[in-house]
Amino acid sequence: MQRREFLKHLGVATGASVLPFLKYLPAEAAGRSDTLVVVSGSGINSLDLHRKGTNRPSYQVTVNIYDRLVRFGVKTLEDGSLAYDSTKIEPEVAESWTVSEDGKSLSFKINPKAKFWDGSPVTAHDVKWSFDRAVSLGGFPAVQMKAGSMTKPEQFVVVDDMTFRIDIPAPSKLTLPDLAVPIPFIINSKVAKAKATEKDPWATEFLHKTAAGSGAYKMARWDPGQQFVYERNDDWALGTKPGVKRVIVREVPSASTRRALVERGDADLYMNVPAKDAKEFEEGGKVGVSGAPIDNCLHVLALNLKHKPFDNVKVRQAIAYALPYKEIVAAAAYGRGKPMFGGKDMTPADITWPQPFPYDQDFDKAKALLAEAGLKDGFETTLSFNLGLADWQEPTALLIQEALGKIGIKAKLDKIPGANWRTAALVEKRLPMHLENFGGWLNYPDYYFFWAYKFGHLFNSSNYKNPEVEKLVDETLHMETSEPQYVENVKKLISIAFEDVPRIPLYQPYLDSAMQKNVSGYASWFHRQLDCRGIAKV
Amino acid sequence: MRRHLKHLRYVMGENPVTVFAFSLFTLILFLAIFGPWITPYDPLATEAANTLKPPSWDHLFGTDHLGRDVFSRVIAATRLDLGIAVSAVALSFLLGSALGCSAGFWGGWTDRIVGRFSDTIMAFPLFVLAMGIVAAMGNTVENIIYATAIINLPFYARVARAETAIRRNAGFVHAARLTGSGEVRILATQLFPNILPPMMVQISLNMGWAILNAAGLSFIGLGVRPPAAEWGIMVAEGANYIVSGEWWLAIFPGAALMLAVFCFNLLGDGLRDLVDPLRRT
Amino acid sequence: MGSRLIQVGRRLAQALPSVFGVIVISFVLTRALPGDPAVYFAGAMADEESIEQVRRALGLDRTWIEQFLIYVGNLANGDWGMSLSTGRPVTEELMQRLPASLELTLLGLGLAVAVAVPLGVLAATRPDSWVDHLCRLLVTAGVSLPTFFTGLFLVYIFYYLLGWAPSPLGRLDILYLSPPQVTGFYVIDSLIAGDGETLGAALAQLVLPAATLGLFALAPIARMTRAAMLGALGSEFVRTARAGGLSSAVVLGTYAFRNAALPVLTTLGMVFSFLLGANVLVEKVFSWPGIGSFAIEALVASDYAAVQGFVLAMALLFVCVNLAIDVILTLVDPRVGLDE
Repeated sequence: MQRREFLKHLGVATGASVLPFLKYLPAEAAGRSDTLVVVSGSGINSLDLHRKGTNRPSYQVTVNIYDRLVRFGVKTLEDGSLAYDSTKIEPEVAESWTVSEDGKSLSFKINPKAKFWDGSPVTAHDVKWSFDRAVSLGGFPAVQMKAGSMTKPEQFVVVDDMTFRIDIPAPSKLTLPDLAVPIPFIINSKVAKAKATEKDPWATEFLHKTAAGSGAYKMARWDPGQQFVYERNDDWALGTKPGVKRVIVREVPSASTRRALVERGDADLYMNVPAKDAKEFEEGGKVGVSGAPIDNCLHVLALNLKHKPFDNVKVRQAIAYALPYKEIVAAAAYGRGKPMFGGKDMTPADITWPQPFPYDQDFDKAKALLAEAGLKDGFETTLSFNLGLADWQEPTALLIQEALGKIGIKAKLDKIPGANWRTAALVEKRLPMHLENFGGWLNYPDYYFFWAYKFGHLFNSSNYKNPEVEKLVDETLHMETSEPQYVENVKKLISIAFEDVPRIPLYQPYLDSAMQKNVSGYASWFHRQLDCRGIAKV
Repeated sequence: MRRHLKHLRYVMGENPVTVFAFSLFTLILFLAIFGPWITPYDPLATEAANTLKPPSWDHLFGTDHLGRDVFSRVIAATRLDLGIAVSAVALSFLLGSALGCSAGFWGGWTDRIVGRFSDTIMAFPLFVLAMGIVAAMGNTVENIIYATAIINLPFYARVARAETAIRRNAGFVHAARLTGSGEVRILATQLFPNILPPMMVQISLNMGWAILNAAGLSFIGLGVRPPAAEWGIMVAEGANYIVSGEWWLAIFPGAALMLAVFCFNLLGDGLRDLVDPLRRT
Repeated sequence: MGSRLIQVGRRLAQALPSVFGVIVISFVLTRALPGDPAVYFAGAMADEESIEQVRRALGLDRTWIEQFLIYVGNLANGDWGMSLSTGRPVTEELMQRLPASLELTLLGLGLAVAVAVPLGVLAATRPDSWVDHLCRLLVTAGVSLPTFFTGLFLVYIFYYLLGWAPSPLGRLDILYLSPPQVTGFYVIDSLIAGDGETLGAALAQLVLPAATLGLFALAPIARMTRAAMLGALGSEFVRTARAGGLSSAVVLGTYAFRNAALPVLTTLGMVFSFLLGANVLVEKVFSWPGIGSFAIEALVASDYAAVQGFVLAMALLFVCVNLAIDVILTLVDPRVGLDE
């Protein structure tokens, strides 16, 4: 408190008011207890998620200041921490919905209590305009909408002012959950259309810098590169009123500085804490850690079948038997990862996903397999990893390099900067051996296989092509989980993954956040961003 | 020879700091040459069970986040860092002096082009130029050397040009011409040795700067590739562990780095005293 | 005065080819960066089609020559392009961030001068004594450590352990809003607004990063001061002044120092430009929203317009600073003309 005292005296000396923040923060006496200070490593670059070039951290803004038709519920985990519940879909702007007999139409009744910040009610017209925008602007938003079978504006129908309908070509279990992801947010179309021009019919210039929504928080202030501030929308009627009046998110690029700030109590919440810091915070006891394994996400070692000798399944299995799994979880993940090795059988017992693969470190087995493949003296290759994720990828890569050396595989390490990673790994798919960390937003194993095992799909950086997998995924993707065929298909997919291992799972990562003891209500979300709406300061 | 030795002893006597610098330099050179043979552990061997242990008799400087022995890594890094510094500066010096001498000797268009070229390089914020070059060409040790060499070129070019221009009409140059030496020969054998003294200081200062440059690049992720042991990258990685209390990861390589750069800086002064007593500062 | 202006004009004209060279090199360099901004900004899960869309929207599907001509044309109109990573025009970014870096660098330079010049003078008055050697050791030590290391170390000691320094969160502590914008320098703006609280807060945030930068600048300034003072103290007019019976204080201050000021000023110019470049690392450690951190983000994201804009701005700044130094030199010492 020394510093604050000093400044207070300075204020008194120059005749300013005694309580510094009263003079500077707007309106009501907002003490520290009403403000949540969050530190983050990366800054946002737009308030418009549909815009091209909007970076990942900006998704957080959309989550808090815009509403969607529905949202996921929240559940409590064994250790008491909160996480989103992928099986529970709750109303948000839509107060109820029905699905037609043939499953091809979903109708939503709009909650009359849903109001935009300017007081006007949310209508089906606003929903349609926003959804049309989501599929028309292209880029990532369009791709994500496609996963829910939503591709054309014709699919969105305004039945009347308060009723909105989505028509899909075939029934799909993914459509409803896809409405709860950050992408299909609802914009105040009257305000936006007023700012649209001929060249810019979707008002991208306007919405990029100014939000026009109905969400629980409003954007009070955005200083690019430094911070942004949320202020609570006291008229929000679509859920429990958020506990914190003001949230200040400050951009702090250096991880050590973020840690120092949290430890000294100058920051309340720190999202996405590196595993080591999370472990130490927990052990220290002063700072609370809330973490949960990220659903449908795996840290894997991917092998590229277009590069010999990885096209030989025996070589891939040999590598799977050589990896230092325990050391990786201990040294790279600091224990903040669910082990994905040591499974019992080559066929899965159930369809939990992710689940441990039936491999563990066994150099004899590895060498035998290599010999069978005709490579008993080993070979040379390159192991690439993403510099932007160096905190877990670098130690992992080093440990793997060392272990592979013991069976004769000489791997040269290749550090690729974050900006170039996607091109090299996912678009060109040219890396022979690399670390990968795809996590699907929708929590279904077939969804994971769709993105990571289907040939030509973005996250299939292994160039893996298996006609049986293609057929199974296409069949299963839109199948309801309650159908008996579903379980059978998924089990088959998993056993193929066990056998072929184009991707060797290392562990399922945790998403850890650190916070002061007086912060409650934090939940881990699939989008890995901060949802402030449930947080309160005790 | 005896005269030179006597002069050396005189200069050393006058300036204990220079003695210190020279001894340090000898130590660094020794470690660079013999380092890999005298390390107690393999600088690249990881040991997941033994991570982040504080300094002890077993591991003089402790172990890092992968269980590697910090002491061995610091010693092994001497060779790489010295190598980077010497190569970068040598390249820079040779190219820069060649360009500068040509500019100073022949004047005219050569002078103008070289002048513009070095002005353009100097107009860049130097560290950013190094960042850009390494980012564009990839972060290998060779590219770091090239980048450092390029950004230091202008200094040498300038000095070389100035010194050559002053002397190009001196008597001994005319004499050499009269005896039939070609222009290039004159430049190489007559003029070049005369401009060496002022360059010496610049060279040793630049060596220190080259190491710091590599360290800075490592901090933003554009330095040498792991698992290479290099002081800069050890400090950059270790910096993140200071706040959590594992100070030894950054302090020891940092101290080694500081001593080396320190040594080169002081060496520059000592060399200047040795070579030209009139210009002692 | 007219001839002075002509000389200044001629100097500017001489600098133009370098500036053009900078534009060309930064253009080529950014295009040589391995990242593909189209992919980066098409975002996660984008497929070939959407990436192509983004590429066309960014104008990256044209040839290099075309892109270059378009870029130069835009520059002439004052349009420096749009930064992809922050979504704002490059000029806006630079205008906002440059004062932040300048404030930091100037304060760092000021601190360095305040310490280095007296040290240099002290060393010059007692050459070869232990004081001299000690000064040399101290300043050399300051310049021998990587700036980010010094920065982190200072943060650790003064903020984390002792709690004396404010949290390294940037230019102002969270509870303060920035003073109304006049120059962009918080210190000056809060003085203009008569706002003592903010002034104190801004200064408090500036101390550690400025000290880090200053440490680095100590050596060249101290050395040059010492060398120049030694030169001045050994000169004829000083000997005359001493012989004439003037006190050593007067000799030191009025005669020696004034004449030693010139080379020191030149060094200051060089050090200032150098510090602007070295800012990059310090800004990262202290979360300072200056051009350095902007440059790193832009480089990593292969944000062409931002990198080019940054480099061009720095080059222009460098040219201006050098020109200013030259002009000041001629004002201080009429012997020094502006011509080469």
